[in-house]
Amino acid sequence: MKLTLKIWRQKNAQAKGKFETYTVEANEHMSFLEMLDVLNEELVNQKKEPVAFEHDCREGICGACSLVINGQPHGPMNGTTTCQVHMRHYKDGDTIVIEPYRAKAFPVMKDLVVDRSAFDRIIQAGGFISVNTGQAQDANAIPVDHDVASSAFDAATCIGCGACVAACPNASAMLFTSAKVAHLNMLPQGKVEAQQRVLNMVKQMDIEGFGRCSNITACEAECPKGISVTNIARMNREYLGASLGSEKTA
Amino acid sequence: MKLDGKVPPGPLAEKWTTYQSTVPLVAPNNKRRLEIIVVGSGLAGAAAAASLGELGYNVKCFTYHDSPRRAHSIAAQGGINAAKNYSNDGDSVYRLFYDTIKGGDYRSREANVHRLAEVSTNIIDQAVAQGVPFAREYGGLLENRSFGGVQVSRTFYAKGQTGQQLLIGAYQALSRQIARGSVEMYNRHEMMDIVTIDGKARGIIARNLVTGEIERHGAHAVLLCTGGYGNVFYLSTNAMNCNATAAWRAVRRGALMANPCFTQIHPTCIPQSGDYQSKLTLMSESLRNDGRVWVPKKKEDAKAIQEGRKKGTDIPEEDRDYFLERRYPAFGNLVPRDVASRAAKVACDEGLGVAPTGLAVFLDFSAAIERYGRSEAHLKGMHNADAATIRQLGEKVIEDKYGNLFEMYEKITGENPYKLPMKIYPAVHYTMGGVWVDYNLETNIPGLFVLGEANFSDHGANRLGASALMQGLADGYFVAPYTVGNFLSGEIRTPKIDPNAPEFMKTAEEVQERLSKLMNIKGNQSVESFHRRLGKIMWDHCGMARNAEDLQKGRQLIRELREEYYKDLFVPGDLNEFNPELEKAHRVADFLELGELMMLDAFNRNESCGGHFREEYQDEKGEAKRNDKDYAYVAAWEWTDTSKDPILHKEELVFENVELKTRSYE
Repeated sequence: MKLTLKIWRQKNAQAKGKFETYTVEANEHMSFLEMLDVLNEELVNQKKEPVAFEHDCREGICGACSLVINGQPHGPMNGTTTCQVHMRHYKDGDTIVIEPYRAKAFPVMKDLVVDRSAFDRIIQAGGFISVNTGQAQDANAIPVDHDVASSAFDAATCIGCGACVAACPNASAMLFTSAKVAHLNMLPQGKVEAQQRVLNMVKQMDIEGFGRCSNITACEAECPKGISVTNIARMNREYLGASLGSEKTA
Repeated sequence: MKLDGKVPPGPLAEKWTTYQSTVPLVAPNNKRRLEIIVVGSGLAGAAAAASLGELGYNVKCFTYHDSPRRAHSIAAQGGINAAKNYSNDGDSVYRLFYDTIKGGDYRSREANVHRLAEVSTNIIDQAVAQGVPFAREYGGLLENRSFGGVQVSRTFYAKGQTGQQLLIGAYQALSRQIARGSVEMYNRHEMMDIVTIDGKARGIIARNLVTGEIERHGAHAVLLCTGGYGNVFYLSTNAMNCNATAAWRAVRRGALMANPCFTQIHPTCIPQSGDYQSKLTLMSESLRNDGRVWVPKKKEDAKAIQEGRKKGTDIPEEDRDYFLERRYPAFGNLVPRDVASRAAKVACDEGLGVAPTGLAVFLDFSAAIERYGRSEAHLKGMHNADAATIRQLGEKVIEDKYGNLFEMYEKITGENPYKLPMKIYPAVHYTMGGVWVDYNLETNIPGLFVLGEANFSDHGANRLGASALMQGLADGYFVAPYTVGNFLSGEIRTPKIDPNAPEFMKTAEEVQERLSKLMNIKGNQSVESFHRRLGKIMWDHCGMARNAEDLQKGRQLIRELREEYYKDLFVPGDLNEFNPELEKAHRVADFLELGELMMLDAFNRNESCGGHFREEYQDEKGEAKRNDKDYAYVAAWEWTDTSKDPILHKEELVFENVELKTRSYE
């Protein structure tokens, strides 16, 4: 199949970017990123600079790949990262617009690559359980209800790709932050620091320049791991409880 | 050079405990003055950086990713072993030790493996305390499953995302130390070289991948936690950026490369579909708990499937060959990876493969779906449930266990594995070989440590499933904090390492020259095209089955390819900018040297053991013939010059606690 690609090209963080148009010959078995590999190899063969995009595991788990494809983070498929989108979902003659994530807190570094280090700083603010190596008791000492463990796991499957931010008209990081708060605060091991955690992480989220949540829930719709917006409701509840119902401050 | 494994004296089971209680310590006031560089932020790297930071050292951690959470440990699916014996099925530290030694075909160091089995239990405790949401029984306690090459259930898991959950746990521990300032994190930085001063590792040269700047970083000790070199084959289950550069640069500075030919070909991967393909995707070994591997008995059926005229479900039960169950009744579908891969290759070589390429076998869940379905129906009191209902109930159970894997399979292949058997084929997955280290995980360069997949130490010639996560975390959380301290206790008088020392300036200059050289070839071929060709040479000559003639031919082909590389490579862009093509070019240059050494190592090892199968050395049934008399050693190679042969050093493996036996899974 022959495709027309309109791709955002931007030399570096300071430069002004623009769309460039390319054509590429793909087949239905290729993944989306393999289609971009084909384009890049052609560009290199023509002594031109290939399109920079982030990717690594290509199994949908590392969270490195991103891209906004025809206006949707990670493309058209539900519950799928860009690297797992296959070209069988496109047809000959299609035009595909490929952009980087657009959010104040995720500045573009080059072409389709953005800086997502704000997410790391949110985790550093409190997305952990304070236990040093060697301090742990026997793993079976604290039973955890099967369903609680299962819900905590569901929240913990977040891959930190940032699609939630890219999908949100406010560029809010509430889904990402709340998924981590939910994962840790639900478990007995994480309860000790629950209040401090939610206060610190929310504060950091605000410092990074992410927007507020206005319950549009585009984040859930675009999340490749199906992280639920109920995590946001939970975080709001915990935040309220911690701000009003405790002496703790961020 | 005499290789000293520095294995502590005393009975096997007491070595590590004695070591821990007698190792020299570093006082807290001195820890604050000492600096450690950790390269890599996967399970081994993140765990080591976090643990050393907690102890009070000043740690700098480097990753080429945009965040430490992206390391490829994240993609590990099936689980992590630990000798907890929570299943009450006869497991023990000794049994885990024994299974690992046997699974590795008696080519690993006893003392290291025993220590690994000992600390395995601590890892699970640590991970649970960090909030890793392992699978649990309804009573709230941890659940286990079984993996290849063992007869107990000792594998802890979090659906098919165990690596992700463990890495996130380590990443969070690391993040906590970053917040405290005890670890300084360098994202988007790639290690380009090791700096040695007076024979000791004293720092690294790193390239800032955003600006292209070459940076010099000093430390009292350097830990490489940089993973394996499977991408030398181009197509593997490794992530696209996985590379051997850190390890290879250490070898170029005098460290030794041990058993590089020991590569693991994983039996259950999604088969290749075209030449444009960039990587292969693993389907977790855990699937072999419930999936049955088969090919048609008749060639005409296989041909019909290859040509799309028949489906797997069209083949009646009596015309199927469940070849693992037939050949290895004791372990059945759960034989170790090397054995399963080879058996699949044999079936496909006979023309019984089931993909258009002829290179695939079935992994079939229909029997498990029916079994689980019946059991569920029984639980629900439905004693006359029809076939469709049973199937539906069974599919639900399979979905709970492997949902994400089935989904991933369907996304990639477009086929529904609940209805049609999966098609799988072996692919390069893990490298048992790696940088030679002693019991301290220290190389022959004092102060240079290598952890996790990057070292050679624990898995011999074949790694058992769910043991990579165990080793990465064991090395990082529980071994390195003691052994690195052992080295640093002798460095408390060493002042801060000056990154402006002449050794740093010289190494940085060499790095700069190497990069300029790659940029200035200005030939006509892309890095990718060279890498693809290298991979094909490796797979054809040093793949699942090897022989002396092919290996020699392969070695020559790599030399020619390397020559062509330095004549006709084209790297676009500039040195001083974000330039992924330049990053790849530097990595592939190192693969082109390592690949040659792998051929040489495989040629030198005149035996078949584990993942290394030499066609000349097999019995009448096609099983591997090991040669303990001549090859019960670690082959540690010293690099001299690309134009000369590397020098072989041997560390004889001494087995005091296990008897060397022919590995049988029949």
